[in-house]
Amino acid sequence: MRHTISILVENKPGVLARISSLFSARGFNIDSLAVGETEQHDVSRMTIIVKGDEKILEQVMKQLNKLIDIIKVNDFVEQPHLERDLVLIKVNAGKGKRSEVLEIVDIFRAKIVDVASNSVIVEMTGDEEKILALVNMLKPFGIKEMVRTGIVAMGRG
Amino acid sequence: MKLTGAEIFVESLIKEKVEIMFGIPGGVLLPTFDVLYGAPIKFILTRHEQGAAHMADGYARATGKVGVCIATSGPGATNLTTGLATANMDSVPVVAFTGQVATHLVGNDAFQEADTTGVTRSITKYNYLVKDVKELACTIKEAFHIARTGRPGPVLIDFPVDVQRASCEFVYHKEVEIRSYKPKYEGHPQQIKKAIDLIKQSERAVIYAGGGVIISGASGELREMAKTTQIPVTLTLMGMGAFPQDSELFLGMLGMHGTYFANHAIQNSDLIIAIGARFDDRITARLDAFAPQAKIIHIDIDPTSISKNVKVDIPIVGDAKNVMREMNKLLNKLGSKNIEKRKKWQKRISQWKKDNPLTYKKDDKLRPQYVVEKIYEVTKGKAIITTEVGQNQMWAQQFYKYNYPRHFITSGGLGTMGYGFPAAIGAKLGKPEKIVFDIAGDGSIQMNIQEMATAVNNKVGVKIAILNNGYLGMVRQWQQLFYKKRYSATDLTANPDFVKIAEAYGALGIRVSEKGEVEGALKKAISVDGPVILDFLVEREENVFPMVPAGARLDEVIRGLA
Repeated sequence: MRHTISILVENKPGVLARISSLFSARGFNIDSLAVGETEQHDVSRMTIIVKGDEKILEQVMKQLNKLIDIIKVNDFVEQPHLERDLVLIKVNAGKGKRSEVLEIVDIFRAKIVDVASNSVIVEMTGDEEKILALVNMLKPFGIKEMVRTGIVAMGRG
Repeated sequence: MKLTGAEIFVESLIKEKVEIMFGIPGGVLLPTFDVLYGAPIKFILTRHEQGAAHMADGYARATGKVGVCIATSGPGATNLTTGLATANMDSVPVVAFTGQVATHLVGNDAFQEADTTGVTRSITKYNYLVKDVKELACTIKEAFHIARTGRPGPVLIDFPVDVQRASCEFVYHKEVEIRSYKPKYEGHPQQIKKAIDLIKQSERAVIYAGGGVIISGASGELREMAKTTQIPVTLTLMGMGAFPQDSELFLGMLGMHGTYFANHAIQNSDLIIAIGARFDDRITARLDAFAPQAKIIHIDIDPTSISKNVKVDIPIVGDAKNVMREMNKLLNKLGSKNIEKRKKWQKRISQWKKDNPLTYKKDDKLRPQYVVEKIYEVTKGKAIITTEVGQNQMWAQQFYKYNYPRHFITSGGLGTMGYGFPAAIGAKLGKPEKIVFDIAGDGSIQMNIQEMATAVNNKVGVKIAILNNGYLGMVRQWQQLFYKKRYSATDLTANPDFVKIAEAYGALGIRVSEKGEVEGALKKAISVDGPVILDFLVEREENVFPMVPAGARLDEVIRGLA
């Protein structure tokens, strides 16, 4: 099962290593990881997406809670929440194809943020599903490069 | 007044009431050692940093105080790691300091540089790299707090040489507040109530207690709980001494080399009350067949220990002493009816005990178990015993009766060969009035034999009893039982002359090859002030029994020949 784990941590060196090694030591691959400061400059928020065995994940959650630099851990599974990811896609858009690409970009309410003679860079935010849908639509044109920020999440209400 | 980092270091240790520390200096620690010179802290110069870490650990286990060690950067720090990992696995409060290259050189592959915080991250409870002298005092305060509270463990402070030289105002706070670290000491009353209900319903309950009982100083509460409920007690290796071994209710150790009756009691129980123990693989044997009919109450200060291996019915997160005290208040009200119904269960256990006692072949040969029994007799059960790892460790557990907490000091979790001797030195320095024996194997003792110089130099009168069988005995035993006696790389017949080794260091060495000489040799060793090596040439192929083979059920016990 896919889990979106949100962690409030002390903003200091070594914290990321402590957290990531908890996952790696138990054979978990981190699918997505996003880190940034919160409204308090000495506290950071990490959002981690993992899939894996529930029993081991429960153990990982306990271990996370035990880490001295971690202030709070929350698993968003079965809680109403929003997820957002930002993607930049450099896609082939030469003569004759450009208008088709622009049309798709429009439909997804994405943006063109850079134009070159043979390609454009598309920027979009959205949840996992929406990003995959856009990627699938752009694939036939030839994606030259893609980069994502990683998913961030926030509880509703 | 402004102090240098090195001065702040020493002043902070004095504030923490550190009386003794263990270690070796080095290039990047020169400013600190200059301040230590003449400071009111006893410094024990070891011959290897691993020895320093184990001494700090042995001191901590014997006294309940925080052990302190120090090593230089690079190889000094990497040499500490086995000691830190040992303390981490067994929840021992140790604060380790390592010198580090100057902050502007960190990450530069400088001379004697290692990424010490990176290397030790997974084998310490917490670690720090101090980059600003203004943070030093506060960091040391936090380190001691973290090491000794909650589930204790080792904390490392990496201390760059320029921070040792820099100066600032010295303020040492009385209190420490870490918002993300708040161990829970009180058990939840509702959970405690549920636990009492389960105890009330049970007929075949067993208390399974571990090192947590010793750490929290809860032996008295454990004794009371067993007495009021008449529930038998089995201990883990780490728990030895938490419950008196001469009690009728005592089952001995459980697990791979546990007693037949402890393992059968666990497997046939309807309730297990686990206290400060963690159901590790040496305890449970085949996990899916562990105690099939038992409900489980688990008391532990570390929530990650609960339901890690075995699914628990009633978890109680809290300090063993507090939780048991609360439970005892309620248990005291249960009355005699609750005791009556356990009679049948006690009878069954007595029968198991009678039919399958812990024993060995008693003949004219010099057997290692006999040596351990004699050490018990001669010291009247009052010595502190440390062990190395392997057969010597198991015999030391099985044939010495531990009636007091903090008297059995062994590397349980990590299983570190070479632990016992330096740990014995640390224990003796912490408890100078005690007789301290390291029960050793001929393999293990060679892993930190260099600390004999430390013992002689500081007049630390520890006694080493080498159960010398000329093998890496535990591995040989497994090769005999499961690998058709193919003794691959376990023969140690090229051992040095241990008596001469003792003498070369300026200690006393005694060789014993006959059963009749054991008692005299032990008495002689105890009568001498300084360190002694007793080299017992024991039966070479003696095995540790009973034994549950790897992958077997806990009650599938190989009982041995005796």
